[in-house]
Amino acid sequence: MGLESRLESPFLTTTVDAVINWGRKYSLWPMPFGTACCAIEFMGVVSNRYDVSRFGAELVRFSPRQADLLLVMGTITQKMAPVLKQIYDQMPDPKWVVSMGACASSGGFYDNYSVVQGIDELIPVDVYVAGCPPRPENVIGAIVKIQEKISREKAADWR
Amino acid sequence: MEQAEISRKVQARFGERIVSAGSFAGQHWVIVRPADLVEVLHFLRDDPELDMNLLTDVGGVDYQGFPDEPDWRFEIAYQLQSLKQNYRFRVKCAVTDDTVRVPSVWQSWRTANWMEREIFDQFGIGFDGHPNLRRILNHDDFEGHPLRKDYPINKRQKLARPAEHLLTDDPEWA
Ligand code: SF4
Repeated sequence: MGLESRLESPFLTTTVDAVINWGRKYSLWPMPFGTACCAIEFMGVVSNRYDVSRFGAELVRFSPRQADLLLVMGTITQKMAPVLKQIYDQMPDPKWVVSMGACASSGGFYDNYSVVQGIDELIPVDVYVAGCPPRPENVIGAIVKIQEKISREKAADWR
Repeated sequence: MEQAEISRKVQARFGERIVSAGSFAGQHWVIVRPADLVEVLHFLRDDPELDMNLLTDVGGVDYQGFPDEPDWRFEIAYQLQSLKQNYRFRVKCAVTDDTVRVPSVWQSWRTANWMEREIFDQFGIGFDGHPNLRRILNHDDFEGHPLRKDYPINKRQKLARPAEHLLTDDPEWA
Protein backbone atom coordinates (compact mmCIF):
# COMPACT_ATOMS: atom_id res chain seq x y z
CA MET A 1 0.00 0.00 0.00
CA GLY A 2 2.99 2.23 0.29
CA LEU A 3 1.98 2.87 3.87
CA GLU A 4 4.99 1.04 5.30
CA SER A 5 7.38 3.44 3.61
CA ARG A 6 6.02 6.22 5.77
CA LEU A 7 6.58 4.26 8.99
CA GLU A 8 10.02 4.37 10.46
CA SER A 9 9.94 0.76 11.53
CA PRO A 10 8.08 -2.22 10.03
CA PHE A 11 6.80 -3.17 13.53
CA LEU A 12 4.04 -1.88 15.79
CA THR A 13 3.55 -2.51 19.48
CA THR A 14 0.01 -3.21 20.58
CA THR A 15 -1.97 -5.65 22.73
CA VAL A 16 -3.30 -9.02 21.72
CA ASP A 17 -6.83 -7.93 22.63
CA ALA A 18 -6.60 -4.88 20.43
CA VAL A 19 -5.50 -6.90 17.42
CA ILE A 20 -8.09 -9.64 17.92
CA ASN A 21 -10.92 -7.18 18.52
CA TRP A 22 -9.85 -5.13 15.54
CA GLY A 23 -10.07 -8.26 13.40
CA ARG A 24 -13.37 -9.36 14.87
CA LYS A 25 -15.21 -6.10 14.62
CA TYR A 26 -14.46 -5.50 10.95
CA SER A 27 -15.24 -9.03 9.82
CA LEU A 28 -18.62 -9.79 11.34
CA TRP A 29 -20.35 -12.56 9.44
CA PRO A 30 -24.10 -12.15 9.90
CA MET A 31 -26.57 -14.98 10.01
CA PRO A 32 -29.88 -13.44 8.89
CA PHE A 33 -32.77 -14.97 10.78
CA GLY A 34 -35.46 -13.17 8.78
CA THR A 35 -39.01 -14.18 9.54
CA ALA A 36 -41.07 -11.16 8.50
CA CYS A 37 -41.09 -7.68 6.95
CA CYS A 38 -37.97 -6.49 8.81
CA ALA A 39 -35.94 -8.94 6.72
CA ILE A 40 -36.98 -6.96 3.63
CA GLU A 41 -35.40 -3.90 5.15
CA PHE A 42 -32.23 -5.90 5.72
CA MET A 43 -32.02 -6.39 1.96
CA GLY A 44 -31.68 -2.63 1.78
CA VAL A 45 -28.94 -2.76 4.40
CA VAL A 46 -26.80 -5.16 2.38
CA SER A 47 -27.43 -3.72 -1.07
CA ASN A 48 -25.48 -0.94 -2.70
CA ARG A 49 -27.29 2.13 -1.41
CA TYR A 50 -26.63 1.51 2.29
CA ASP A 51 -23.93 -1.08 1.71
CA VAL A 52 -23.08 -2.67 5.02
CA SER A 53 -19.77 -3.89 3.57
CA ARG A 54 -18.44 -0.43 4.40
CA PHE A 55 -18.58 -1.76 7.96
CA GLY A 56 -17.19 -5.17 7.15
CA ALA A 57 -20.39 -7.09 7.83
CA GLU A 58 -21.54 -7.94 4.33
CA LEU A 59 -20.61 -11.62 4.23
CA VAL A 60 -24.05 -13.04 4.94
CA ARG A 61 -23.90 -16.70 5.92
CA PHE A 62 -26.89 -18.98 5.78
CA SER A 63 -25.25 -21.50 8.06
CA PRO A 64 -25.09 -20.57 11.74
CA ARG A 65 -21.82 -22.52 12.01
CA GLN A 66 -20.10 -19.98 9.83
CA ALA A 67 -21.59 -16.88 11.43
CA ASP A 68 -20.83 -14.80 14.50
CA LEU A 69 -23.57 -12.17 14.32
CA LEU A 70 -27.17 -13.34 14.63
CA LEU A 71 -29.61 -10.83 13.17
CA VAL A 72 -33.13 -11.65 14.29
CA MET A 73 -35.39 -9.74 11.93
CA GLY A 74 -39.09 -10.27 12.26
CA THR A 75 -41.90 -11.79 14.25
CA ILE A 76 -40.91 -14.92 16.19
CA THR A 77 -43.86 -17.18 16.79
CA GLN A 78 -43.92 -19.68 19.61
CA LYS A 79 -43.68 -22.42 17.05
CA MET A 80 -40.51 -20.85 15.66
CA ALA A 81 -38.94 -20.34 19.10
CA PRO A 82 -37.13 -23.70 19.38
CA VAL A 83 -35.68 -23.18 15.91
CA LEU A 84 -34.25 -19.78 16.85
CA LYS A 85 -32.78 -21.24 20.02
CA GLN A 86 -31.21 -24.06 18.05
CA ILE A 87 -29.69 -21.68 15.49
CA TYR A 88 -28.21 -19.60 18.31
CA ASP A 89 -26.77 -22.68 20.00
CA GLN A 90 -25.21 -23.83 16.75
CA MET A 91 -23.23 -20.62 16.31
CA PRO A 92 -19.65 -20.92 17.53
CA ASP A 93 -18.29 -18.44 20.09
CA PRO A 94 -17.67 -15.55 19.95
CA LYS A 95 -21.14 -14.49 18.87
CA TRP A 96 -23.40 -11.47 19.14
CA VAL A 97 -27.12 -10.95 18.65
CA VAL A 98 -29.05 -8.01 17.21
CA SER A 99 -32.79 -7.93 17.75
CA MET A 100 -34.14 -5.91 14.85
CA GLY A 101 -37.53 -4.25 15.04
CA ALA A 102 -40.45 -4.08 17.42
CA CYS A 103 -41.52 -7.69 16.83
CA ALA A 104 -38.23 -9.37 17.66
CA SER A 105 -37.60 -7.04 20.59
CA SER A 106 -40.99 -7.13 22.28
CA GLY A 107 -43.53 -8.96 20.15
CA GLY A 108 -44.52 -5.59 18.67
CA PHE A 109 -48.21 -5.14 18.08
CA TYR A 110 -48.59 -8.91 18.04
CA ASP A 111 -49.53 -8.92 21.69
CA ASN A 112 -51.34 -12.20 21.19
CA TYR A 113 -51.45 -15.91 21.80
CA SER A 114 -48.95 -17.06 19.21
CA VAL A 115 -46.01 -14.64 19.28
CA VAL A 116 -42.98 -14.63 21.57
CA GLN A 117 -43.00 -11.34 23.47
CA GLY A 118 -39.37 -10.52 22.77
CA ILE A 119 -36.59 -12.91 21.81
CA ASP A 120 -34.76 -12.18 25.06
CA GLU A 121 -37.11 -14.78 26.52
CA LEU A 122 -35.04 -17.28 24.55
CA ILE A 123 -31.53 -16.01 23.85
CA PRO A 124 -29.30 -13.17 25.09
CA VAL A 125 -29.50 -9.98 23.03
CA ASP A 126 -26.67 -7.44 22.63
CA VAL A 127 -28.40 -4.63 20.74
CA TYR A 128 -32.06 -3.85 20.23
CA VAL A 129 -33.09 -1.81 17.20
CA ALA A 130 -36.27 0.24 17.46
CA GLY A 131 -38.62 0.66 14.55
CA CYS A 132 -41.27 -1.09 12.55
CA PRO A 133 -39.30 -1.68 10.44
CA PRO A 134 -36.11 0.13 11.47
CA ARG A 135 -34.47 2.14 8.70
CA PRO A 136 -31.26 0.72 7.24
CA GLU A 137 -29.23 3.46 8.96
CA ASN A 138 -30.61 2.16 12.22
CA VAL A 139 -29.42 -1.35 11.50
CA ILE A 140 -25.99 -0.07 10.54
CA GLY A 141 -26.09 1.86 13.81
CA ALA A 142 -26.66 -1.42 15.62
CA ILE A 143 -23.71 -3.01 13.87
CA VAL A 144 -21.54 -0.07 14.91
CA LYS A 145 -22.78 -0.54 18.48
CA ILE A 146 -21.75 -4.20 18.28
CA GLN A 147 -18.33 -3.10 17.02
CA GLU A 148 -17.99 -0.75 19.97
CA LYS A 149 -18.93 -3.55 22.28
CA ILE A 150 -16.38 -5.85 20.66
CA SER A 151 -13.59 -3.32 21.10
CA ARG A 152 -14.25 -3.30 24.85
CA GLU A 153 -14.06 -7.09 25.12
CA LYS A 154 -11.18 -9.27 26.23
CA ALA A 155 -10.23 -12.22 24.04
CA ALA A 156 -10.03 -14.37 27.18
CA ASP A 157 -13.70 -13.68 27.95
CA TRP A 158 -14.72 -16.05 25.20
CA ARG A 159 -14.18 -19.76 25.31
CA MET B 1 -76.78 -17.47 -12.20
CA GLU B 2 -77.36 -14.84 -9.55
CA GLN B 3 -76.54 -15.83 -5.99
CA ALA B 4 -80.16 -15.05 -5.03
CA GLU B 5 -81.30 -17.62 -7.53
CA ILE B 6 -78.90 -20.24 -6.16
CA SER B 7 -80.24 -19.50 -2.70
CA ARG B 8 -83.84 -19.93 -3.89
CA LYS B 9 -82.94 -23.17 -5.59
CA VAL B 10 -81.34 -24.62 -2.47
CA GLN B 11 -84.28 -23.51 -0.32
CA ALA B 12 -86.77 -25.05 -2.76
CA ARG B 13 -84.89 -28.33 -2.67
CA PHE B 14 -84.40 -28.58 1.10
CA GLY B 15 -87.39 -26.61 2.46
CA GLU B 16 -87.67 -26.89 6.23
CA ARG B 17 -84.16 -28.28 6.56
CA ILE B 18 -82.69 -24.87 5.80
CA VAL B 19 -82.52 -23.06 9.16
CA SER B 20 -82.44 -19.64 7.55
CA ALA B 21 -81.24 -17.79 4.48
CA GLY B 22 -79.80 -14.30 4.27
CA SER B 23 -77.79 -11.88 2.21
CA PHE B 24 -75.46 -8.94 2.63
CA ALA B 25 -73.88 -6.76 -0.06
CA GLY B 26 -75.13 -9.06 -2.81
CA GLN B 27 -73.72 -12.18 -1.18
CA HIS B 28 -76.24 -14.84 -0.24
CA TRP B 29 -76.02 -17.77 2.11
CA VAL B 30 -78.07 -20.48 3.75
CA ILE B 31 -77.65 -21.82 7.26
CA VAL B 32 -78.02 -25.55 7.86
CA ARG B 33 -77.65 -27.98 10.74
CA PRO B 34 -74.69 -30.37 10.89
CA ALA B 35 -76.94 -33.33 10.02
CA ASP B 36 -77.92 -31.75 6.69
CA LEU B 37 -74.56 -30.20 5.84
CA VAL B 38 -73.10 -32.87 3.60
CA GLU B 39 -76.30 -33.31 1.65
CA VAL B 40 -76.64 -29.58 0.96
CA LEU B 41 -73.01 -29.23 -0.07
CA HIS B 42 -73.24 -32.25 -2.34
CA PHE B 43 -76.39 -30.88 -3.94
CA LEU B 44 -74.52 -27.68 -4.77
CA ARG B 45 -71.65 -29.68 -6.18
CA ASP B 46 -73.58 -32.31 -8.11
CA ASP B 47 -76.47 -30.33 -9.59
CA PRO B 48 -75.37 -29.85 -13.21
CA GLU B 49 -76.52 -26.24 -13.27
CA LEU B 50 -74.78 -25.29 -10.02
CA ASP B 51 -71.63 -27.37 -10.44
CA MET B 52 -69.79 -25.93 -7.41
CA ASN B 53 -66.67 -27.99 -7.81
CA LEU B 54 -64.28 -25.87 -5.73
CA LEU B 55 -64.31 -25.37 -1.97
CA THR B 56 -62.28 -22.18 -1.68
CA ASP B 57 -62.38 -21.76 2.08
CA VAL B 58 -63.82 -23.05 5.31
CA GLY B 59 -63.87 -20.66 8.24
CA GLY B 60 -65.17 -20.58 11.78
CA VAL B 61 -66.99 -17.90 13.79
CA ASP B 62 -67.65 -17.72 17.51
CA TYR B 63 -70.80 -15.70 18.24
CA GLN B 64 -70.47 -15.66 22.01
CA GLY B 65 -71.35 -12.17 23.26
CA PHE B 66 -72.32 -11.00 19.78
CA PRO B 67 -75.07 -8.32 19.91
CA ASP B 68 -77.46 -10.44 17.81
CA GLU B 69 -76.35 -13.70 19.34
CA PRO B 70 -78.01 -16.55 17.43
CA ASP B 71 -79.32 -19.71 19.11
CA TRP B 72 -76.06 -21.47 18.33
CA ARG B 73 -72.59 -20.51 19.46
CA PHE B 74 -70.43 -21.32 16.44
CA GLU B 75 -70.84 -21.14 12.72
CA ILE B 76 -68.70 -22.81 10.12
CA ALA B 77 -68.81 -21.12 6.72
CA TYR B 78 -68.13 -23.09 3.54
CA GLN B 79 -67.29 -20.94 0.52
CA LEU B 80 -68.10 -22.74 -2.69
CA GLN B 81 -67.24 -21.74 -6.22
CA SER B 82 -68.11 -23.07 -9.65
CA LEU B 83 -65.03 -22.76 -11.81
CA LYS B 84 -66.96 -23.42 -15.01
CA GLN B 85 -69.83 -21.01 -14.39
CA ASN B 86 -67.84 -18.60 -12.26
CA TYR B 87 -70.18 -18.00 -9.39
CA ARG B 88 -69.93 -18.45 -5.69
CA PHE B 89 -72.18 -19.40 -2.81
CA ARG B 90 -71.81 -19.71 0.96
CA VAL B 91 -73.24 -22.40 3.20
CA LYS B 92 -73.03 -21.92 6.95
CA CYS B 93 -73.34 -24.69 9.46
CA ALA B 94 -74.87 -23.83 12.84
CA VAL B 95 -72.96 -25.52 15.68
CA THR B 96 -74.71 -25.27 19.07
CA ASP B 97 -71.60 -25.79 21.19
CA ASP B 98 -68.30 -27.61 21.17
CA THR B 99 -69.84 -30.97 22.02
CA VAL B 100 -71.42 -31.08 18.56
CA ARG B 101 -69.39 -32.85 15.92
CA VAL B 102 -69.60 -31.75 12.33
CA PRO B 103 -69.19 -34.19 9.44
CA SER B 104 -65.92 -33.77 7.59
CA VAL B 105 -66.13 -33.09 3.86
CA TRP B 106 -62.50 -33.84 3.07
CA GLN B 107 -63.46 -36.78 0.89
CA SER B 108 -65.54 -34.52 -1.35
CA TRP B 109 -63.06 -31.64 -1.45
CA ARG B 110 -59.48 -32.45 -0.44
CA THR B 111 -58.95 -28.77 0.42
CA ALA B 112 -61.20 -29.30 3.44
CA ASN B 113 -58.55 -31.42 5.16
CA TRP B 114 -56.29 -28.63 6.42
CA MET B 115 -59.07 -26.05 6.77
CA GLU B 116 -61.00 -28.35 9.09
CA ARG B 117 -57.83 -28.90 11.08
CA GLU B 118 -57.47 -25.14 11.40
CA ILE B 119 -61.01 -24.81 12.77
CA PHE B 120 -60.35 -27.67 15.17
CA ASP B 121 -57.15 -25.94 16.30
CA GLN B 122 -58.56 -22.43 16.68
CA PHE B 123 -62.13 -23.16 17.82
CA GLY B 124 -62.02 -26.71 19.19
CA ILE B 125 -64.79 -28.03 16.97
CA GLY B 126 -64.47 -31.70 16.08
CA PHE B 127 -65.00 -33.14 12.60
CA ASP B 128 -66.31 -36.67 12.19
CA GLY B 129 -64.48 -38.76 9.64
CA HIS B 130 -61.45 -36.50 9.41
CA PRO B 131 -58.32 -38.58 8.74
CA ASN B 132 -55.88 -36.54 10.83
CA LEU B 133 -57.57 -34.16 13.25
CA ARG B 134 -54.52 -32.55 14.87
CA ARG B 135 -53.55 -28.94 15.50
CA ILE B 136 -52.15 -27.30 12.41
CA LEU B 137 -51.18 -23.70 13.28
CA ASN B 138 -50.50 -23.79 17.01
CA HIS B 139 -47.90 -26.08 18.49
CA ASP B 140 -48.78 -29.45 19.96
CA ASP B 141 -48.55 -28.40 23.63
CA PHE B 142 -50.86 -25.42 23.14
CA GLU B 143 -53.73 -25.36 25.63
CA GLY B 144 -57.15 -24.05 24.64
CA HIS B 145 -58.49 -22.65 21.40
CA PRO B 146 -57.35 -19.06 20.84
CA LEU B 147 -60.02 -17.76 18.45
CA ARG B 148 -62.81 -18.48 20.88
CA LYS B 149 -64.28 -15.35 22.42
CA ASP B 150 -63.73 -16.71 25.93
CA TYR B 151 -60.01 -17.32 25.36
CA PRO B 152 -58.28 -14.86 27.74
CA ILE B 153 -56.59 -12.24 25.59
CA ASN B 154 -53.53 -12.07 27.84
CA LYS B 155 -53.11 -15.79 28.26
CA ARG B 156 -49.57 -16.91 27.47
CA GLN B 157 -48.63 -20.46 26.57
CA LYS B 158 -45.49 -22.32 27.41
CA LEU B 159 -43.10 -22.30 24.49
CA ALA B 160 -43.10 -25.01 21.89
CA ARG B 161 -40.88 -28.02 22.34
CA PRO B 162 -38.09 -28.45 19.81
CA ALA B 163 -38.93 -30.87 17.02
CA GLU B 164 -37.72 -34.42 17.58
CA HIS B 165 -34.85 -34.18 15.11
CA LEU B 166 -33.50 -31.18 17.04
CA LEU B 167 -33.28 -33.22 20.23
CA THR B 168 -31.09 -35.95 18.83
CA ASP B 169 -27.59 -36.66 20.14
CA ASP B 170 -26.39 -37.21 16.61
CA PRO B 171 -23.37 -34.87 16.26
CA GLU B 172 -24.51 -34.08 12.73
CA TRP B 173 -27.45 -32.21 14.27
CA ALA B 174 -26.47 -31.32 17.80
S1 SF4 C 1 -41.27 -4.84 13.59
FE1 SF4 C 1 -42.72 -4.20 11.99
S2 SF4 C 1 -41.58 -4.38 10.08
FE2 SF4 C 1 -40.49 -5.60 11.62
S3 SF4 C 1 -41.28 -7.68 11.46
FE3 SF4 C 1 -42.50 -6.64 13.00
S4 SF4 C 1 -44.27 -5.82 11.88
FE4 SF4 C 1 -42.69 -6.32 10.38
